[in-house]
Amino acid sequence: MGTLIEEIFGRRAGRPVQAGEILLLDVDYIMSHDNTTPLAIKAFRDIGKPIHDKNRIVLHLDHAYPAPNVLAAENHKKIIEFVKEQGLPHFFHQGVCHQVMLEEGFITPGAIVIGADSHSNTYGAMGAFGAGLGSTEIGVAWVTGKCWFKVPETIRIELKGKAQPGVYAKDVMIYIAGMMGMDGGTYRSVEFGGEYIDNLPMHERIIFPNMSTEIGAKCGLIAADDVTIDYLENQTPAKGPFEKIQPVNPRYERVIEIDVAMLVPQVACHPDVDNAKPLTEVEGLEVHEVYIGTCTNARYEDLEIVANMLKGKKVNEFTRVIVTPASNRIYQKAMKNGLIEILLDAGCTVTGSGCGACIGRHGGILAAGERALTTMNRNFIGRMGSPLSEVYLASPATAAATALTGRITDPREYLMMNAE
Amino acid sequence: MGKAWTFGENMNTDEIIPGRYNITIDPLELAKNVFCEVKPEYATNVKPGDIIVGGQNFGCGSSREHAPIAIKGSQAKCIIAPSFARIFFRNAINIGLPILECPEAVADITEGDDIDVDLATGEIFNRTNGHQYQARALPDFVLKIAEAGGIVNFLKTHDIQELMS
Repeated sequence: MGTLIEEIFGRRAGRPVQAGEILLLDVDYIMSHDNTTPLAIKAFRDIGKPIHDKNRIVLHLDHAYPAPNVLAAENHKKIIEFVKEQGLPHFFHQGVCHQVMLEEGFITPGAIVIGADSHSNTYGAMGAFGAGLGSTEIGVAWVTGKCWFKVPETIRIELKGKAQPGVYAKDVMIYIAGMMGMDGGTYRSVEFGGEYIDNLPMHERIIFPNMSTEIGAKCGLIAADDVTIDYLENQTPAKGPFEKIQPVNPRYERVIEIDVAMLVPQVACHPDVDNAKPLTEVEGLEVHEVYIGTCTNARYEDLEIVANMLKGKKVNEFTRVIVTPASNRIYQKAMKNGLIEILLDAGCTVTGSGCGACIGRHGGILAAGERALTTMNRNFIGRMGSPLSEVYLASPATAAATALTGRITDPREYLMMNAE
Repeated sequence: MGKAWTFGENMNTDEIIPGRYNITIDPLELAKNVFCEVKPEYATNVKPGDIIVGGQNFGCGSSREHAPIAIKGSQAKCIIAPSFARIFFRNAINIGLPILECPEAVADITEGDDIDVDLATGEIFNRTNGHQYQARALPDFVLKIAEAGGIVNFLKTHDIQELMS
């Protein structure tokens, strides 16, 4: 009996648990990537004990892959040697770690997965516990198969109504970040539910747990339902049966209700994710780069929205428009269905899959005084390059409309034109 | 007993130790530049056992472990703040840097006050003004990690199950 996180942790503990308790739990998978694995290897070597279970370790090269400089190359080399030395079976370099974790079926309802990456919260979209940790803990978990957790209090966000055309999950989540602030969910499990969530397809649901990190949450959860099971059965190699774990007579610290029907497209403005504004307030602001990518918004359906809006048109000649599919699988499907050709015809630069321009280390770097509008989840100062550049966050549709004009542009007029 | 060093709200890990110094993970090396942007005198004047008194959401931003490692390397005894950013909270515990949540103490302590902290009970005593504050006591397992000097050291000689026993 309890909130979704109490139900998930309780199943693993083998008894009912309550917020505030500290538990030592078995973890299903331990994820890390090229930025965070080297320090985990150091912790592992310092402990000096063998790996507990190779099958639970999942390593990715995605943050700067293929290596853009010698330091990154040395890191990759060190990781590859470690994978060979330990005979680790789950090693990937085929896209952003979180997308690959979902696609490869590592994330199932009730799973407990830790990652040395703050956006490991993404896994909550499957009704799984996912949380980011430091590298040392990853090294510890390799050896022990376990991790300590404090059972968090839960904030329930109840999303009602139907979004207007041109308003996507990204707009709703940016609005939530603006309302709650960057520490509004600190230590908390944030449960997203309500009729809006119930009716959302998986690629849109993922936005909420992914960006729960931006409000400081320990995890962001959506209870598994038919949409979840359909995704797992048809789009991943995960093997069932899957349990649709639900909250049972939950006691929430706070319940926040939002009617999404009243929202217009939103933009998170420089320099904080919670600096959220209705797009109409920043419309017309000049943009030098549009970046469509990352674990937040570079799935097939996102690329499809962008391609539909750019089809037969040209992007602004002075705006760099970069598209980085979240994974190779997405890239292949987009290529097969003609999306990549449309994007290239429109003047976009399409790069290999991975984290790309998101952390300012792998192309698409901003000069001083430049401004980017992106589908990312973070806009901290200097994130994409010069500390004197600015990053604005929005939906793929807003990104596509902005790519056409070189100024922050409301996607609704273009979407209406397409509909006619 | 230690001297209080006070810091503002939302102290992010870049301000604790800027990225350009993260080429090492040696605690003593990192400690030479800890807080260099916000309080350059700290690194040269801090004494073993001094206390960091931070504002809310201490340690927010990047998950880099260099930040708590740098503070630990400076030989500060602990950090007192109204709240900590989540990953910093875990990282600090795991590297054996005790952290206490106590808004009352933070509101009352001024820089340079002489402070006694009992980590096991969470009692904080301000010798300068005679005020006493009560932080939530640290759970036993956190004290075990702190005593071992971090979770890596703990695991060299213990099984992880012993944390909870």
